[in-house]
Amino acid sequence: MNDSTYDIAVIGGGLVGSAVAWGLVRGGARVVVLDEGDDAFRASRGNFGLVWVQGKGDGMADYAAWTRRSAEIWPDLAATLASEEGVDVGLRQPGGIESFLTDADRDAAELEIKRMHNQGLPGRPGDGANDTKIITAEEARALEPSLGPEVIGAAFNPHDGHVNPLYLLRGLHAGLQRLGVDYRPGHAVVRVGRDGGGYRVVTSKGDVLAHKVVLAAGLGNIPLAPTLGLNVPTRPDRGQILVTERLAPMIGYAYVNFRQTEEGTVMIGASSAQAGFDTSLDIDTSARLAARARRIFPALAKARIVRTWSALRIMSPDGFPIYAESETHPGVFVVTCHSGVTLAAVHALELAPEILAGRLSERLAAFSPKRFEMVEA
Amino acid sequence: MKFSRLESANASPAVCFTCNGQVIEARVGDSVATALLMAGIGSTRDTALSGEGRAAYCLMGVCFECLVEIDGIPNQQACLVPVSEGMSVRRQEGAPQVWNG
Repeated sequence: MNDSTYDIAVIGGGLVGSAVAWGLVRGGARVVVLDEGDDAFRASRGNFGLVWVQGKGDGMADYAAWTRRSAEIWPDLAATLASEEGVDVGLRQPGGIESFLTDADRDAAELEIKRMHNQGLPGRPGDGANDTKIITAEEARALEPSLGPEVIGAAFNPHDGHVNPLYLLRGLHAGLQRLGVDYRPGHAVVRVGRDGGGYRVVTSKGDVLAHKVVLAAGLGNIPLAPTLGLNVPTRPDRGQILVTERLAPMIGYAYVNFRQTEEGTVMIGASSAQAGFDTSLDIDTSARLAARARRIFPALAKARIVRTWSALRIMSPDGFPIYAESETHPGVFVVTCHSGVTLAAVHALELAPEILAGRLSERLAAFSPKRFEMVEA
Repeated sequence: MKFSRLESANASPAVCFTCNGQVIEARVGDSVATALLMAGIGSTRDTALSGEGRAAYCLMGVCFECLVEIDGIPNQQACLVPVSEGMSVRRQEGAPQVWNG
């Protein structure tokens, strides 16, 4: 350990790693970010861009609270990225709609709201269902006149919104550069081992020494975590997205399956498939997404699709984030989730300072992977 | 800007098409983009985002600035489509309005 030792090495330069690294360097740490190359599975380049609260945390009240907290402080992150990094990420939080085509859709949403209400943490943000409520078809169409006649009702949450995820990534990286973070693309991490009181990170292009290490490599954490005493049982979950040409404004709210960007394109999601580490496109899935979109917004039948792609979510067994410090390797942390956009604000502004302080607080205890051991036992 | 045709290109037979109803004479082998430039049509679309005028730029299929509607099909790259007799070309004006609320 010497002068070339970083305070913290962040493994992964996607939205999770960048948000954490940005928060760390703003807290005064000397940070190196080790990123892979274009052959990596980059969820941060393929995601949808929702800042989404509705339904998150069904089964874990702490996640409902954490998500809500992130949506609450997202305007601070957006304002800081605009003023300090010169990047307008286009945050809009008009509220979010989940539209129902069948009674079964509505029944499932009603049950979810009841379950979340019963698991609430009184007095904390995220208490209950985070203000999600069921609205009638007429109420939904009053909010969003372009919704079609097949929509029989909807769930509405006033805290939902969306953002341009590519500008978000660019804004964070602009900050890393401005604040002197040593960002190293093309540095695939081979292994991490102890070195004196800290750690030696062996990469494809040489070693890096750091006092602390943050695993934020998405699916890349899978081989690294077990060698560092961390149980991170994540797997790839393939989602597909379609995007239309730029259209005149027709969708004003955020939807779990739709959003119209500031530039006018309508993004259409969201599928889920277990196909391993495979980002190839299943055209039947794209067609199914398009067909459903036409039922919800009939006007989209006249829109032209210009692109469709897939990306891999980083999914834990229960779908909730995993945050922990290794017990066998103190100073090694893991930060992983499938909501790198929604959680960017808490990762940058609240989680990073805790890592810098060297201890995850009690409010993050529920996110420990210990919960998987208890299930398995 | 005024464009003039190379002497060697004048040998091609004439062909007529329309742009927003205006009859334009071109030569067989012209692309729609060059034929429009030759006819002095300054911009062939207004952008979906700002509404600013755009015209053919790279003329080799890369920049997508020359998008026009050809025979009812929008977003055609005018620089890659050869003119043909009776073809109907239309300017694209801003973002398409698919929903009329």
